[in-house]
Amino acid sequence: MRIVLSNDSRQAIWEQIAQQIKDAIMKGELSAGDSLPSIRALARELRISVITTKKAYDELEKERFVDSVQGKGSFVAAQDSALMQEKRLKVIEDRLGEALMEARMLGLDYGQLEQMLRILWEE
Amino acid sequence: MENIFDIQNLGKRFKSFQLQGLSFSLPRGYIMGLIGPNGSGKTTTLKLMMNLMHKDTGEIAVFGQDHVKFEREIKQRVGIVYDEPVFYEQLSMRRMTGLIRPFYTRWNQAQYEGYLKRFDLDETQKIKTLSKGMRAKYALALALSHGAELLIMDEPTSGLDPVFRREMLDLLLEVMQREENSILFSTHITSDLDRVADYITFLDRGKLVFSQEKDSLYEQYRLVKGAPEQLTESLRRELLGVNVGEHGFEDLGGLDIRGEGLLMEKPTIEDIMFYLTRENGHGR
Repeated sequence: MRIVLSNDSRQAIWEQIAQQIKDAIMKGELSAGDSLPSIRALARELRISVITTKKAYDELEKERFVDSVQGKGSFVAAQDSALMQEKRLKVIEDRLGEALMEARMLGLDYGQLEQMLRILWEE
Repeated sequence: MENIFDIQNLGKRFKSFQLQGLSFSLPRGYIMGLIGPNGSGKTTTLKLMMNLMHKDTGEIAVFGQDHVKFEREIKQRVGIVYDEPVFYEQLSMRRMTGLIRPFYTRWNQAQYEGYLKRFDLDETQKIKTLSKGMRAKYALALALSHGAELLIMDEPTSGLDPVFRREMLDLLLEVMQREENSILFSTHITSDLDRVADYITFLDRGKLVFSQEKDSLYEQYRLVKGAPEQLTESLRRELLGVNVGEHGFEDLGGLDIRGEGLLMEKPTIEDIMFYLTRENGHGR
């Protein structure tokens, strides 16, 4: 598992951790049943606070990416493929939403944006 | 959640300084950083906790027990690293440790020797010949070798180089691998140690400014920057102190601040400390 934290990011440290683990699961780098490091071990490795790490794990649990078993640790949860598909679509939707917001702030119209997307698509 | 210590309404009066109505606590298993400018009462608070100084008012419980009635029992389970020299300068480390060791019923000689080796300390060396960094290492070796569940450190990194500060950080994280352990440290330079702190308690001139989860601080404040003309009257009301220069301003504000073209950044603990201290009237 690879986690790279940025101090400059607008994302909170716990969000960065949760996001990167989620990405790894969605990309299939982590699969159902794989065990994650304990909260304290990961905090130590990343040199961050225990609470920050715990927050990331709580979030992953809430979104059903991870199951925590008392006394045994945390494991990647089995992902329903339809649900997974939906989550991935949601990611794309969110990122497009962000791009759209930026475009509006810059005053681009729909045509210009579409053109940009087409260029990127064909690259 | 069980608290490793509980401080309620702690007060202490000196001629020129007064600690007033401090209340805060730390849940077991976490790290707390006690921060504040010089002279804000950090060392006094730690000394009062350890009953090295008598409090005027309030209650302090450590491991759920009164800190005066159970002083001896409590000290068995606490490791302390002081900011000032507390060792006999003329003695070698070996003889000094020989004097300290009998006090602890759970002294672990093998663990102690392990730390000496790891810190590259030669036990036959006299304490007066030790550098600041070596003293800190020696104090840490003593504090970590008697099964302490609470580690209290007063300004543990002041005057230490960045390499050793990083080593110290790793050591603390190692201690925290055991869920029952907790750490309380004070510091006036909010440094890399803040990174590992779960809770931040901020004192300013003897008063508690806040004591809360570190992450929630980041969710509460933003560093707001902009050009002088962007600083409208209504924005000024939402900000704390305002640092206005000729070419722009910088200040601390809430998350809900909106303004065309304003730069909103995540503050560091140091930023938060600086602006909140100014708000309380420093430097005006």
